[in-house]
Amino acid sequence: MEIGGRQITNRLFLGTGKFSSNRLIPEAVRAAGVQVVTVALRRVDMEFEQENIAAYIPEDCIMMPNTSGARNAQEAVRIARLARAAGCGNWVKIEVISDNRYLLPDNYETIKATEILAGEGFVVLPYMSPDLMVAKKLVEAGAAAVMPLGAPIGSNRGLKTRELVRILIDEIPLPIIVDAGLGRPSEAAEAMEMGAAAVLVNTAIATAGDPVAMARAFSLAVAAGRLAYLAGPGESVEYARASSPLTGFLRD
Amino acid sequence: MNIYLNGKATDIPDGLTISGLVAQRRLNPETIIVEHNYNLVKKEHWDGIVLKENDRVEILRFVEGG
Repeated sequence: MEIGGRQITNRLFLGTGKFSSNRLIPEAVRAAGVQVVTVALRRVDMEFEQENIAAYIPEDCIMMPNTSGARNAQEAVRIARLARAAGCGNWVKIEVISDNRYLLPDNYETIKATEILAGEGFVVLPYMSPDLMVAKKLVEAGAAAVMPLGAPIGSNRGLKTRELVRILIDEIPLPIIVDAGLGRPSEAAEAMEMGAAAVLVNTAIATAGDPVAMARAFSLAVAAGRLAYLAGPGESVEYARASSPLTGFLRD
Repeated sequence: MNIYLNGKATDIPDGLTISGLVAQRRLNPETIIVEHNYNLVKKEHWDGIVLKENDRVEILRFVEGG
């Protein structure tokens, strides 16, 4: 698939938050063959020395800064511009959140930010609550992909928004990337089987007992789900249909 | 002299440039982003900006995130 002029062959995008050690990030990236990773932008803490996250992201990866911390479109635009000026490319994940309990995105502000940043030449991937009309407006606003949530961020609850995501996949001519909430590889596979273009996973990998192995497991599930989607699953029916011939039995 | 560094009132010597501030704080210029009075300042211009009373300086960096 192509996004923002880049050929993306690995459909697992990885978030870099919550790893117990930054050293696990490049290992997870390599184990899963990940091409797109997200980072955030924050104030430097003057009291404590901090590690440079970019040093842990392999150079051939696309580093996609998110606008986390933004509470409205204007703040998201500011963060995106700063991130681009810092020389980390022109991809941005729009994340506008003012709800602190469920961390649900503000779709209205997200549309506004998408429009401004797409107009400035950014490759904009907006994180959104799945809603068909909002997704259509994001297309008009110039988004490069649409990223509906599967469940609240960091909840590992799975593809709770299944029906709405399915409608987006059906109706929206852009890649639909399920972002947030996927807790297990089987859930990522399910999203891919439905026709999602990719999934973005962070917490489920970073907080696993063995994050590197889990990154690999997600990568395999995503590839399997994609292959199944392309293969076209057979129909499901109410009653049994014998798989072996119903003639030539030995009993008579 | 007082400036607002990452939102906090901070005392700095008169005549300090952005480069000087970065050096004083022992920050690696390669890994940070500097915003001066809400304008992004590229590294090559840090030397030319002398901080003034009540200036607002934000020093940012990329961190882990989803």
